[in-house]
Amino acid sequence: MSQKDLEIIIATDCGSTTTKAILIEKKGDTYRQTFRGEAPTTVEAPFEDVTKGVLNAITEVEELSGRKILDGEHIITPNNGNTGADIYVSTSSAGGGLQMMVAGAVKAMTGESAQRCALGAGAIVMDVLASNDGRADHEKIERIRQLRPDMMLLSGGTDGGSVTHVVELAQFLKAADPKPRLGASYKLPVIYAGNNKAQSQVKDILDSSTALIVTENLRPSLEKENLMPARHKIHDIFLEHVMQQAPGYPKLMKMVGAPIMPTPAAVGVMTEKFAKANNFNVLAVDIGGATTDVFSVFSEVFNRTVSANLGMSYSISNVMAEAGLPNILRWLPFDLDEQDLRNRLKNKMIRPTTIPATVEDLQVEHAVAREALRLAFDQHKALAVGLKGVQQERSISDAFDQTASGASLINLMNLNYIIGSGGILAHSPRRTQSMLMMIDAYQPEGVTMIAVDSIFMMPHLGVLAQISEKAALDVFYNDCLVRLGTCLAPKGMGKDGQVIMDWEIIGEDGKRHSGELRFGDILHIPFESPKGRAIVKPAKGFDMGAGSGNKLEANIEGGVVGVVLDGRGRPFDLAKAPAKRIADLNKWYKAMDMYPV
Amino acid sequence: MAHAYTPGLKVIPCTVLRKKRLLPIPGRVLVEMGKQVEALDIVAQTQLPGKVFSVNVANRLAVGPEEIQDFMLKKEGDPVKKGEIIAENKPFLKWFKTAVESPVDGVIEAVSMVTGQVLLREPPKLLPIKAYVKGTVVEVTPNFGVTIESEGTFIQGIFGIGGETNGEVAVAVASPDEDLTPEDLNETHKGKIVIGGKHASLATVKRAVELGVHAIVVGGIHDRDLRQLLGYDIGVAVTGTEQVGVTLIVTEGFGMIPMAEYTFKLLSSRNGERASVSGATQIRAGVMRPEILVPGYPKNVTICKKEQGRGWIEPGDPVRIIREPHFGVIGVVKSLPPELTKVGSESHVRVLEVDLPGGETLVIPRANIEVLEK
Repeated sequence: MSQKDLEIIIATDCGSTTTKAILIEKKGDTYRQTFRGEAPTTVEAPFEDVTKGVLNAITEVEELSGRKILDGEHIITPNNGNTGADIYVSTSSAGGGLQMMVAGAVKAMTGESAQRCALGAGAIVMDVLASNDGRADHEKIERIRQLRPDMMLLSGGTDGGSVTHVVELAQFLKAADPKPRLGASYKLPVIYAGNNKAQSQVKDILDSSTALIVTENLRPSLEKENLMPARHKIHDIFLEHVMQQAPGYPKLMKMVGAPIMPTPAAVGVMTEKFAKANNFNVLAVDIGGATTDVFSVFSEVFNRTVSANLGMSYSISNVMAEAGLPNILRWLPFDLDEQDLRNRLKNKMIRPTTIPATVEDLQVEHAVAREALRLAFDQHKALAVGLKGVQQERSISDAFDQTASGASLINLMNLNYIIGSGGILAHSPRRTQSMLMMIDAYQPEGVTMIAVDSIFMMPHLGVLAQISEKAALDVFYNDCLVRLGTCLAPKGMGKDGQVIMDWEIIGEDGKRHSGELRFGDILHIPFESPKGRAIVKPAKGFDMGAGSGNKLEANIEGGVVGVVLDGRGRPFDLAKAPAKRIADLNKWYKAMDMYPV
Repeated sequence: MAHAYTPGLKVIPCTVLRKKRLLPIPGRVLVEMGKQVEALDIVAQTQLPGKVFSVNVANRLAVGPEEIQDFMLKKEGDPVKKGEIIAENKPFLKWFKTAVESPVDGVIEAVSMVTGQVLLREPPKLLPIKAYVKGTVVEVTPNFGVTIESEGTFIQGIFGIGGETNGEVAVAVASPDEDLTPEDLNETHKGKIVIGGKHASLATVKRAVELGVHAIVVGGIHDRDLRQLLGYDIGVAVTGTEQVGVTLIVTEGFGMIPMAEYTFKLLSSRNGERASVSGATQIRAGVMRPEILVPGYPKNVTICKKEQGRGWIEPGDPVRIIREPHFGVIGVVKSLPPELTKVGSESHVRVLEVDLPGGETLVIPRANIEVLEK
């Protein structure tokens, strides 16, 4: 179907608990999201058929929009007047999403490349096996046997290099005789994307006991990563094997007009399209109840990580375990007994659907959210790196700015845009809460625009972007993003009360705001103008992106929060003395009008 | 009439329930359809493949991987004993002889001429599955196991640790708001399912382990005590495999929370009878709660309830509040206003009104209550 024909689009995202449907209609030259419906996902018993939930969600859209989309269990295509849609697309993370195990010869090299490959394809990586991962051989074999992944990605060695390690991994895999998670009767799909010289040996070892697929090496040389061929194979297997085993998916695959994508893969596509269209460096996060996904595009390089046990309900207690109690308590503007906090978080873990009913309880959840966001970002920074083990040629000028191979690609000063999604960010009672949580967790430097995806529409738009980039971007700009505003944060450290920046912001209507920012303060300027300019002159020792003490002019976006001038310095840390820390927090929360007094 | 869907824990004097008892891999089913089984009867068993160990023979003999075949004394499929020589070199001088011994009892699984590794597999282990509950086999899943139907008192807890166990119910406190202290436990509690009131401290749990108590059931525990008991923080609620020496079930949650009176009375009515207990808890993807199952009827019950509860609440239903600031409070639903209401956190949510025994009425988010299913 040509893009010209696309006028009415129906899209669904089948999540673990809810299936969400949206209707997109072309209004004049622009695509807009007009109606949405949702229904419980029906993958598990007693229904065990994902299409039931899909049909229920679409029925809700039908009722709200007055458009007849379904004819029994079929989507009516193409659209004709007030009937049907031109295309139906869907993503899915139901049933725990795509779960993979990856293996590489050297953990920091092919192991890491294989991990990036699987994550980028939308998978949850259950474990990374490597010859040098510190585990004894029998422990590795035991681990492969225990885990029941949907598929496995085996890599190792550069093309033409040594075959020993990768053949050894293949032998361990055969000895473990792993079983796939779904469908006891079929063989585990294994993608081999390692040294091309070892292909025939790997085939000899694994061909009879697994469903082996051989593709190009994902690390053909130390200097080159070639993730796309293996990533495509992951998607093929996801559709051909994994989806076929999940309840109702064969039916769903017949309903859609484009291949079903794993939800995180679709969010990744949308993040990339948005970054490319605007020439931005983008950070996107989806913080859920069980997991936190982080996506980034820096200098056109896309990365995704998923922190499988950092989340706000099922995994809330794990955030406590990983962050440590003091790190959560530090964000609270009141004293809370450690035992009380422990019991509260465990009670949320065992009753994950409960919600905060008091401001104090809300602040506890916001404290946990900051730590979950921070930890997931730390994990992302560790994986979003340049290739390790690469010989670098350096000129004399580089000697003053030496970066080791494998340096993180994430540079907060160059970050243009942060997009947050997930209940705690998208549904905070006050939008200022979402904005400050992200600022506190990520500590953006210089000029950074911030938005939330209020109803988590990015999956639908990511899969739609495969068919029509214009439709996806139109809806993304107009209906998906809720612009919060812009954060202006000078990098540097000073003394409380010291003037660290003169600033001026100008709206599209020519309205100006200006003033001084002092160290240790937050200024919140309501500013709704969608486009604007900021002119900032940091003091000596402070940098807004143009160098220490240098003036900067930059485009900014206003929004439902406005402009936040963050004078707390970078790297920002809270006062160690409890009284000062609580006083600071109260001052900042008051400046942001965060909580009812 | 207004009603709302809500999760709840089952506390039922008598119900009919089915338990699937399946092996993780195919094996042999040992009981036939219609057979009456006791909790400790083995209903199916299989052989778990043994662990695999590797020995790098090429490195040990200082030869190339492709050469090791010449030095192997055992071939693929041969049985070996721990310490038995599986490969050795043939030097001119005996003094330089190197022998490679098997690290385990088992068989030679593979000899690799590429890596120089030899893989050895330990003998398989027998994995039996017990009936767990007294009842009747109502379904046989060939090669995997059976489904057992049982009739009895069924009580779900909110969280537990430790696996399946069995024993006589022993109520060790006088009321549901009494702490279960170490002094409440004695030698007579060995092998029993001890019922406490509002709380068990770390000292109490340790005392129970010393005495050989099979399980403790109380209203609440402190998370700090749980951490000390396990030696680590539970990050995600998937439990059941802990090995602390006792199965622990909390009926209300973390903190000092009296056990719901109804639960306590029901357990007391089955004092002295044998129960099957499991601490296994899983909150995500196929929710599983810890449970206590006592076969048979309490004295005052004449018929067994077959339906699985109606799944929603209506005015008049007893509920438990499960979030601060009224955590653990039990009341009765007064009304279910349909409109969104702004609560203290400023969120606009659906709420319900709950009458407390003292006459007070609270407005609570619907997400923050749990129905007490009787």
